[in-house]
Amino acid sequence: MSEIKAGSVPYVALTGNPNSGKTTVFNALTGLRARVGNYAGVTVERKEGRLIWEKGDSAVSPTRDTPVIILDLPGTYSLSPQSIDEQVSRDILFHRVAEVPAPSLVVIVLDGSNLQRNLYYATQVIELGYPTLVALNMMDVARNNGHEINPEELSQALGVPVVPLVANEGQGMPELRRRIRDMATRGTKRTLPRTFCELPIPFGVEIEAVSALLRKNTPQRQTSADAEALLLLSDEKVLSKNTAHYGADLEKVVLQARQRLEAAAVEWRSVAIEARYARVAAIDQAVTTWVDPNRESFSDKADRIVTHKWWGSLIFVAIMFLMFEGIFWFAGYPMDWINAGVAWLADKVSSSMPPGDLNSLLTSGVIKGVGAVVVFLPQICLLFLFIALLEDSGYMARAAFLMDRLMSRVGLHGKSFIPMLSSFACAIPGIMATRTIESPKDRLATILVAPLMSCSARLPVYTLLIGVCIPAINVLGIFGLQGLTMLSMYLLGIVGAMAMAWLFKATLLKGEPPMLILELPPYKRPVPKVILRHMWDRSRMFIKRAGTVILGINILLWFLATYPKSPEISAKFESDRSVAAATVFPALQGAAMDKALADLQAKFAQPQVVTNSAEAALLGMFGGMEKQKQGEMLRHSFAGRMGLLLEPLIKPLGFDWKIGIGIIGSFAAREVFVSTMSTVYNLGESDEVTKDLEDTLRDQKREDGSTLYTPLLGVTLMVFYVFALQCVSTVAVVRRETNSWKWPIFQWAYMLVLAWGLAFVTFQGGKLLGLQ
Amino acid sequence: MPGASQPLTDLAAGSKAVVAALKVAPEHKPRLMEMGILVGTVVELVRFAPMGDPVEIKVRGYHLSLRRSDAALVFVKPS
Repeated sequence: MSEIKAGSVPYVALTGNPNSGKTTVFNALTGLRARVGNYAGVTVERKEGRLIWEKGDSAVSPTRDTPVIILDLPGTYSLSPQSIDEQVSRDILFHRVAEVPAPSLVVIVLDGSNLQRNLYYATQVIELGYPTLVALNMMDVARNNGHEINPEELSQALGVPVVPLVANEGQGMPELRRRIRDMATRGTKRTLPRTFCELPIPFGVEIEAVSALLRKNTPQRQTSADAEALLLLSDEKVLSKNTAHYGADLEKVVLQARQRLEAAAVEWRSVAIEARYARVAAIDQAVTTWVDPNRESFSDKADRIVTHKWWGSLIFVAIMFLMFEGIFWFAGYPMDWINAGVAWLADKVSSSMPPGDLNSLLTSGVIKGVGAVVVFLPQICLLFLFIALLEDSGYMARAAFLMDRLMSRVGLHGKSFIPMLSSFACAIPGIMATRTIESPKDRLATILVAPLMSCSARLPVYTLLIGVCIPAINVLGIFGLQGLTMLSMYLLGIVGAMAMAWLFKATLLKGEPPMLILELPPYKRPVPKVILRHMWDRSRMFIKRAGTVILGINILLWFLATYPKSPEISAKFESDRSVAAATVFPALQGAAMDKALADLQAKFAQPQVVTNSAEAALLGMFGGMEKQKQGEMLRHSFAGRMGLLLEPLIKPLGFDWKIGIGIIGSFAAREVFVSTMSTVYNLGESDEVTKDLEDTLRDQKREDGSTLYTPLLGVTLMVFYVFALQCVSTVAVVRRETNSWKWPIFQWAYMLVLAWGLAFVTFQGGKLLGLQ
Repeated sequence: MPGASQPLTDLAAGSKAVVAALKVAPEHKPRLMEMGILVGTVVELVRFAPMGDPVEIKVRGYHLSLRRSDAALVFVKPS
């Protein structure tokens, strides 16, 4: 077969079973400098990076400076895909993804502590005929479990080089990097065609025939035609899903071949699997020495407790509780610092330039607006940190195991739990995590309800509204009412998601309950560097949003809330002001009057200076007039008109037109609500002492003089935010994930109906019950 | 009846047996086999989840979780 062309950048595909430590190997190969992107059309994460060269890589090879690209394929159990993840791996290995070049080397990561099942996939990949290298990982776990694997013997049995590794401790990595660099750049010859399953003679004959046809149809081949023929004959789905690729003539040949096999009593679906496992078990037997076959591993011992009937459930509840409590407690301090920093910056900027529109734009629109969102970064970092810890330690799989029964009640399964839990951080990684769910209907149901889990963007909204509306008192002596309210909102989201999942599975997405095949991998000690990197990667997305989308929306909102200006309103208040001033300083006029007023203002900035009550009353009047003027200006602005236009729709929910502006503003991103409120209420106040947004909101009154932000209003508004899909990014991801506009539009609509309906029930029901 | 096969889920937690037959639906069967559950394979029923479902089994040295209803279609006999 052909040699790798010199000159092109070598492209190395890294593949292996889920939980084989493939990601750790990838990180060690690329030095955590991977580029994360997506494959066109699907949201399967495409991770690639350049092979690094470290000082420890002693044997200096002349190819040291040649770039080598490593592509991390999604974890895969077999070349007969069951999920989108596995399908992407298969398609890349068969060089069917146009954007990805055919690999010049395939590196298979094997979990040494789980050799047989890992070899099942590895032998399938070796049969494809690429230059192949095996990275035998988790040698330490294998040893701890009581068995030794001989890498040389394994290499002989497989016919490809084998490098033993303990990837999470870096053992063997220099050797692996050297081998990859050498094999990828030297133009290694393809391995000889080999097969790891001895098939009955009739099957062999059919493979010959299909293989010959494949070679004729596609003469330019990257992969062994025999291996492809075997998959075509034994995997029922591969043909029906790729008819366009293979064409009708091939389909006919394969179907006829299967009929002949059935006539010859050959089970074409299972015979290859059985033959391969027989061979793999023999290889395992030959290369493994059992030192202590009955040793109980650490994971086995741990699982006695972690998945125990009572202890396991208790630990699960404790971890969830710790996670959410921790997020709110630990994040408090850095949040205060960020708040103080933003206020300081706004004051500095405001006082260093003349008052006017630019000043207002910078302080109200940019600094306070973006600051109001960035302040939640600590909470979001912590949430992502916890989720990364749960994922990398292996606990997520246990959580899915524990939760499967509950999830199955609503027609989903344990694997949906992971996307749901991730959606507490953000629906986007949550929706992307659904790609491991095999059944399309289940996957869709999970995608549809995932945004109902309260994501981190709701957190700013809840925190603000709870701070403003819910009194800080204790119920039953120990539980803080504010904390309980927060918990209720999260629970409401969970209950809503479960109810909707049940409804969808019972109606739109009716189908057989799917099979659950969930691996419970050994526990791993998470590597801090990797965990922090995970946390940072995801948090960076949030910061990027704050710097781009949210900044953009804020500037737009500032514009909408500032223009058009009304000279009449300004003039009216200017004359009111003069009239009031003239009563206190009857002798002064023009510039002298301005100076007297400025002096008065300066005097009041220092509380120890006592002045007469007439002057104090005047300043009080000015303050009141300023507020009233701002209110009228806002009402006159574009945003105000939009809010007023919306008011009839949201009045039944108890919301006024200013909240309407907040809702309009946050239809693209929920957290914008906070910065919108900050912009709406702080406009024009930048020359006064900055007032806390919470205090400002607490002072808001309805037209009849009653407090606007009552507990009932706060809860109603939060209920609205629990259910409404106010996130353009989610809509975009769902569109990409489902490959149509139908589902994201449906999702957006059903969530809006739910949000309005339940907010209506909350507010009107609360009023009937006499709540405030 | 000695040697007769029984559903995997009838095993007591912690006991081992050999797979005798896979009576799962044809569309699920290949993946179950690819995960290493074949006729003749030794499986251990490790435990049931707190609410009795799913079950955790050990096969070819690793741990796998299956729904009780699916695991009940895997028939085993004493080794």
